[in-house]
Amino acid sequence: MTIKTLERQDIVDFLYTEAKILDEWRLMDWAALFTDDGTYIVPPIGEPEAIPTKSLFYIHDNRSRLQERAERLLKKEAHVEYPHSTTTRNYHNILVGDIESDVISVDCNFTTHRTKREVVDTFIGKIKYELVRENDRLAIQRKKVVLNLDSLRPHGKISLIL
Amino acid sequence: MERIIQDNLEKSEFLVNRRVFTDKEILARERAEIFNKCWLFIGHETEIPEAGDYKRKKVGGRNLLFVHSQDGEIRALFNTCPHRGALVCREDSGNSRVFRCFYHAWSFKNDGELVGMPGKDGFPEGFNDEGTKNMKAVNRLESYRGFMFVNFDDNAISLDEYLGNAKEYIDLVVDQSEYGMEALGGVQQYSVRANWKLLAENSVDLYHGMPTHKTYFDIKQAQDPNLKRVKLEGKGINLGNGHSVIEYVAPWGRPVAQWTPIWDEEFKNDMEKMKTRLAERFGEDRADRIANYNRNIVIFPNLVINDIMAVTARTFYPSSPGYMEVQGYSLAPKGESDKHRLARNNNFLEFLGPGGFATPDDNEALELCQEAYNNNSEVEWNDISKGMVRGEGNALATDELQMRSFWRHYNSIIQESLNKEVAHR
Repeated sequence: MTIKTLERQDIVDFLYTEAKILDEWRLMDWAALFTDDGTYIVPPIGEPEAIPTKSLFYIHDNRSRLQERAERLLKKEAHVEYPHSTTTRNYHNILVGDIESDVISVDCNFTTHRTKREVVDTFIGKIKYELVRENDRLAIQRKKVVLNLDSLRPHGKISLIL
Repeated sequence: MERIIQDNLEKSEFLVNRRVFTDKEILARERAEIFNKCWLFIGHETEIPEAGDYKRKKVGGRNLLFVHSQDGEIRALFNTCPHRGALVCREDSGNSRVFRCFYHAWSFKNDGELVGMPGKDGFPEGFNDEGTKNMKAVNRLESYRGFMFVNFDDNAISLDEYLGNAKEYIDLVVDQSEYGMEALGGVQQYSVRANWKLLAENSVDLYHGMPTHKTYFDIKQAQDPNLKRVKLEGKGINLGNGHSVIEYVAPWGRPVAQWTPIWDEEFKNDMEKMKTRLAERFGEDRADRIANYNRNIVIFPNLVINDIMAVTARTFYPSSPGYMEVQGYSLAPKGESDKHRLARNNNFLEFLGPGGFATPDDNEALELCQEAYNNNSEVEWNDISKGMVRGEGNALATDELQMRSFWRHYNSIIQESLNKEVAHR
């Protein structure tokens, strides 16, 4: 099957599928959504355009480290996520850029709720995706999560994939 | 509460009463006797390099403005209008010659001096002759090699005297750079739902390294199958005044100047040059110590400087017995090449910080301690006796002498405060 006739709804479905995969803690499947040169980054709060040599990011993963992140979080010794927290991701205000272009930009708002030990933490912000067609499927070349928070309080950590 | 600690040298047993982690009265005493009297880290001088640069800071429960004033001085102003008290500056950071309180539009130079107020004719001549209407500065602000501290006690000993033996270790951190260290942007502000003293303990607790951070070492070992030095060998040292350090061999790459196989050959050459340069500056032994050893330093009460796979400074403050706010800084040599800086930051992010592969697990461990202190009534004591049998001078980095040093000093302050109260009753 070819996806030459890509439509906006295909993009939206792809995003929702990603959210579902993450909510189900199928993290290796999540990593597989990325291209071989895929990146996953979370810049510092309040500095969405920060430069990684000048500012410290929360997450600045290349393809191999995002894989390591996924593998780590599935281990029992990733104590912070054992047992796994329960998460609910919602994507809203999805804006799909030029669907004909080689790299399709997609912006959306997100909320990720995480609950563990009867405490709910909510992460909110924007995600910028750059998606490409690869082997007749969509793949993530770049995922950038911009947190719309004042600080990581009270969350305390980003121990899940946003 | 009976005693805070039981320090039994004969039995080689050291116990800490768990109520210090949960008791509100203890927290009130800590505020009065520790946070109001000890030197507290406010930030690094490189955060405000230019005249007019400022950053808002919360230190010891106060709202402060850390400001590089137009006269070249660095000050810590209380961020409150002398008129009716509103927070004068609402931006987190910036550059400004003047701060203006929006409530009644009083304006202040960035050294705190009142320079404007509407309706001046309603105030007498010489209204501010004594300077009481200026923004108040913290009287005691002192610096050691770029690390700046405030003290809310005008009678406190000097920072230099306070740091004492800890200076030797701060020097080892700072000397890795020929041009000084700088604080990076993106200060990490997070929290731990646990008592603040648990983070001080955790920071010099190498005993927890393997069990808590196994997933990190798994990754390191996959990158470097020859990684043998995961034994984390080293010493634990009491530095006096509640300060302490662990110094141990680095089982990971250090951006100054220990190479690891995930870095390329060009890096290896660079690192050898760095090491040679360090040896020229300080001799072989000290160069080896700077480049190949890790240091986790606790400056009592609430500053941690970790010189590990990157350099981080963390400071923290309790808003309740079971909750602390943490500020995490990354420090790096000025003038470092972009390539090395990225490698350093990758190293940092892989282990440290709220999104790292290790810090969140520490956070979880401390929160689980705090949660289980609900059992305090029946299970009263923490044990931190490890290595006590070896004697003070022989403690390993994986022993608990470092924590006992913190607690002995803490005890001398808080137990005295508790005794005073009893005497007054």
